[in-house]
Amino acid sequence: MTATTTKTVRRPNARRLSRAARTERNWALIMVAPTILGLLILNVWPFLQTIYASFCNHLGFGYYEFTGLDNYINMFKSADFWKATWNTVYFCILTVPIGVFLALLVAILLNSKVKFKSGFRTVFFLPMVCAPAAVTMVWRWIFNSEYGILNQILGTHINWITNPNVAMISCAIVAIWSAIGYDAVLLLSGLQNISKSYYEAASLDGASKVTQFFHITLPMVSPTLFVVLIMRLMASLKVYDLIYMMVEDTNPALTSVQSLIYLFYRESFVAGNRGYGSAIAVWTVLLIGIVTVVQFIGQKKWVNYDV
Amino acid sequence: MKHSSQKTGRIITYAALIIGSIIMIFPFVWMILTSSKTVSESMQVPPSILPAHLILSNFAEAVKSLPFANMYLNTALMILFRVIFAVVFSSMAGYAFAQLKFKGKNILFSIVLMQMMLPSQIFIIPQYQMVARLGIANTIAALVFPGIVSAFGTFFLRQAYMGIPKEVGEAAYLDGCNHWQTFTKVMFPLTSSSVAALTVFTAVFAYADLMWPLVVNSDLNMMTLSSGLATLRGQFSTNFPVLMAGSLLAMLPMVVLYLIFQRQFIEGVAMTGGK
Repeated sequence: MTATTTKTVRRPNARRLSRAARTERNWALIMVAPTILGLLILNVWPFLQTIYASFCNHLGFGYYEFTGLDNYINMFKSADFWKATWNTVYFCILTVPIGVFLALLVAILLNSKVKFKSGFRTVFFLPMVCAPAAVTMVWRWIFNSEYGILNQILGTHINWITNPNVAMISCAIVAIWSAIGYDAVLLLSGLQNISKSYYEAASLDGASKVTQFFHITLPMVSPTLFVVLIMRLMASLKVYDLIYMMVEDTNPALTSVQSLIYLFYRESFVAGNRGYGSAIAVWTVLLIGIVTVVQFIGQKKWVNYDV
Repeated sequence: MKHSSQKTGRIITYAALIIGSIIMIFPFVWMILTSSKTVSESMQVPPSILPAHLILSNFAEAVKSLPFANMYLNTALMILFRVIFAVVFSSMAGYAFAQLKFKGKNILFSIVLMQMMLPSQIFIIPQYQMVARLGIANTIAALVFPGIVSAFGTFFLRQAYMGIPKEVGEAAYLDGCNHWQTFTKVMFPLTSSSVAALTVFTAVFAYADLMWPLVVNSDLNMMTLSSGLATLRGQFSTNFPVLMAGSLLAMLPMVVLYLIFQRQFIEGVAMTGGK
């Protein structure tokens, strides 16, 4: 009894938990335990290990030797690395603005009074449920330089996949085609939240459809548009599977389309340079971080949160 | 005047949607048509649109080159376990984070947020080394491994539990339920639409994942549909009819599920969107 009193005196602000509160805390800890332990083992620890490994040389079988900044110095001297960084940025430039614009267009069309709305939606969304490995296979066939249907229709002989100047555009076409339905579904749910009364009021005032779009639709959908844009940008900075399936190791266009994560994969798991691969991964995280921060600063200029 | 301009607008809308749909559908149609052609037929100039005969030998060839039965099973089991883990553990944690009071909640939740913001590739080398050290490479367990916990699922279901008024839990508590019973009997059933969305999300992304299965399961019999297809690409680099047949076989189960549950798929993605 006296012990309790002295304790209370020593820490006057400490609020002793009631029995019920303690039970609540215990249950909470039991219930978050699997997730938190899993994240610590599977993510937090590996994250720290990757950062450490980026300063090391991999000796094989998971053993590392500390080599300081060597990996980073080699990386910054490597032409392939800078090319991969540029390729990643270039891929984003080619796919994100056009892809999100087209998705917005599809969403607007689907939001108007059309028949078979859900049928159109199903069709546009279809690539999302098909593994990229499967859909890129048919695109390789469509893009095939000799027998591909695209060259036959256009009457051209473009090496869509093997010409270093064209291959990235082909990858971008597949990327846009794959993502358009997904982004359109998200934008459509944003458009559906806009109250009809705004349009009715604008029509009464004699505003044209174009004016209505720029003064009602665009500002009202801008928060959703921002989310879609940032999500698409993050995904594009991490692009790997599509380019991996389109352009194999022996393709002469490899260095012109190889993204950072593709380079990371080849260095870490094909060449076995896990230290160097880790450095590329760390660089990619930094790049994504910088782009995200820029986006969040830029959004203040155009995203409208008033409504 | 106004009437006719409205009419033109509708025509343009339909025309745009139909042209868009054709572009979206064409690769799938072309895949199906090519899968039934012979190699020489597929290389005709000008191209033949329809196959001369409906032949299934390309499918037989694809099945002979790749263990499709194993790949279906591996993919299905990987998705099943990942969905179970994501739903069970994320529901538990999501409920605790949203509805219960405990010290250190914010710090623990920041771990969840950190994982969500980082690209999965930053974890993949050490994760692979763990799998190798545990001696579980080339198993189903290896495929499931990084999906044992889901930070996104925890975040997403926490939102769902935050939408349930605290009074619901208090009423259950007064009825004599402890926190676990409140969770399993009262709260969890209320989140069914979010759980469905998380299921779709987890399944679609696990199915599409390519790098992890390629890295961790090199044995052909332990591959998923995605990683197996990547192998087929190397084997038949110019035999497109067989490649199309293989791709079609790999796509079929998910497409069929999608066509049956399209509303759940699309709503699930719209709900989980913004990840």
